[in-house]
Amino acid sequence: MSTTTRTRERTVSPSRRLRALSREKLPNRAVAGKSLLYAILIVLAMIYIAPFLIQVATSFKTDGDAASNPMSLLPQTWSTAAYERLFLNSDFPVWFQNSAIVTVFVTLGRVFFNSLAGYALARLHFRGRNVIFALLIAVMSVPGVVLLIPKFLVINQLGIYDTYVAMIVPLLTDAAGVFIMKNFFESIPASVEEQARIDGAGTFRVFWSIVLPMARPALVTIIILSFQGSWNELSHFIVATQSPELTTLTKGVASLASGQLSQGTQYPLKLAAAAIMTIPVAVMFFIFQKRIMNTTDGAVKE
Amino acid sequence: MSTPTRTARRSGLRSGEAASGWLFTAPMIILLGMFLVIPVLMALWVSFSDWNGRGSPFGGTVSFVGLDNYSALVGGGGLAEQDFGTALRNNAWYVLLVVPTQTMLSLLLAVLVNRQILRGRGFFRTAFYFPSVTSSVAITVLWLFLFSASGAVNKLLAFIGINGPNWFNDPSGVLHNFLGLFGVETGPAALTGNTFLGISFWEWLAGPSVAMSAFILMAVFTTSGTFMLLFIAALQNLSGDVVEAAMMDGANGWQRFWRVTLPQLRPTLFTVLTLGLIGAWQVFDQIYTGTQGGPGKTTLTPAYLSYQAAFTNQAWGQGAAIAFILFVIIVAFTLFQRWLLAERQVSERRMRPYLQNPTSGGSK
Repeated sequence: MSTTTRTRERTVSPSRRLRALSREKLPNRAVAGKSLLYAILIVLAMIYIAPFLIQVATSFKTDGDAASNPMSLLPQTWSTAAYERLFLNSDFPVWFQNSAIVTVFVTLGRVFFNSLAGYALARLHFRGRNVIFALLIAVMSVPGVVLLIPKFLVINQLGIYDTYVAMIVPLLTDAAGVFIMKNFFESIPASVEEQARIDGAGTFRVFWSIVLPMARPALVTIIILSFQGSWNELSHFIVATQSPELTTLTKGVASLASGQLSQGTQYPLKLAAAAIMTIPVAVMFFIFQKRIMNTTDGAVKE
Repeated sequence: MSTPTRTARRSGLRSGEAASGWLFTAPMIILLGMFLVIPVLMALWVSFSDWNGRGSPFGGTVSFVGLDNYSALVGGGGLAEQDFGTALRNNAWYVLLVVPTQTMLSLLLAVLVNRQILRGRGFFRTAFYFPSVTSSVAITVLWLFLFSASGAVNKLLAFIGINGPNWFNDPSGVLHNFLGLFGVETGPAALTGNTFLGISFWEWLAGPSVAMSAFILMAVFTTSGTFMLLFIAALQNLSGDVVEAAMMDGANGWQRFWRVTLPQLRPTLFTVLTLGLIGAWQVFDQIYTGTQGGPGKTTLTPAYLSYQAAFTNQAWGQGAAIAFILFVIIVAFTLFQRWLLAERQVSERRMRPYLQNPTSGGSK
């Protein structure tokens, strides 16, 4: 659809240019408008980027330097004290490890269970399918924050409170992800799988070796969303665990922030911790940037 | 698929589909049922009980107390009602300011970076989107530093001669502060004398506290990128024809945006507003990390209050009741907004110019 529009645009453009000329659009004015646009964009981009630059710069400052020069992007004396303390004299590595464990399992689980359920809802004909789908939509509309107490109740009742099981299992599937996979499977033609089926492949076999490889774009979306979601998750871990050995990065850094808030010091330490916990999602973002912003770049290529 | 009869189809190509259908969806059904549906039902029971966190909520010592937990919140006259009213007030201002601001800003960003001829589009998009991928905990830590008393923001304000506030320690409402500039320190008796949910009307109108304002700025900073992507996707799906037709009719850029582009963006606008509303009523992470409701309870939100009531004060019934009221609020707002933005028929008065000279379109 977009290609037809584009060709039409191209054919129209000479007349448009003529029209623009006839309207006495002075080139100066166009240049001025353009400079203004860039000026606005650059100022906005600076506002969006500056906090992160300040964050990284401050994490390499000494406490005194951070307090007296909060805006400078260059530390007076470079200090890695904050990082040394985080990695050598704190629970930070444990937090990082826990976040990594949870994120890996949750992402794998969601890729598998979401696509499995999405495929069944999109393709398999069975009694009760519509009921399941309706319930899925209903479940999707429950706001997460409302679930804090309920989740604790059930985790407690099951006797899994304060274990990895409590941290990981409740996050292994998500309604939104199932919905995404279902939509994707509905968008690809069924003929290939029908063929495999006629050749005698079982349902799971068809799903595993034919359908799933075709679903790569949607799976990447699921990976991005669940990686980000579980790495950045806080409230679930608050209600599922309490022991220090099971603290995740979000929970640990939050305790770091609130515990010493009144001091106003140790900002390099806190900001270093926050910076490190941002790195994995940032790397993820830059790897899949094209995919995340796919609406954008696909259309630019001409 | 030209199978003649139903039975043949069942036994042939689609044999065992029902079994695999249930098998494939079983993990999802079990997981969502176990950790979403059952928990909600359990919490619903707890919200009608006097469970104090010890033992099982279904044990013999726990009794049914009817609507006690709910009535303590919306008419008890005690501290619980006052805290709940304060939390609702805080969050209502937050929603009122965050949702329109993030929607307008993300639309503006999308329109700016969606130009066909723009150098560095990728860079600008990345810059605007990046805050969205970071965790709310990390951003809150950063925000506490930037908005500290002698932090970067106040240094910046000092450059232009403004004496910045002590952001996260300032409980004063910004509307009250604004009125204070004109010497209005206390409200009229009609406002201070009457209360709603344990809070006087004058306090309801305090506006967000200075501390909450910093969180409002943070929310706009972190969410505008996500919504910008939604708007960009929608803008690129628009057909250029209509805009061009408007151009031929002599509509200037401003008119084209308001009269032609924006109406076509209505579905996306609806999505962004809905997601924004749902998100903005669920402020939790920032408060847990940053201020724990302070200063002066002005950053208390229903979500955090619910957590605090249950996990800190062991008032589980009350905590669960707050969560369910919040749930109802979110659903009500979503429905209201759906009704507000629903596609309506164009009124006759607005249609008249087009009906009088039907040829004025001229595009056919």
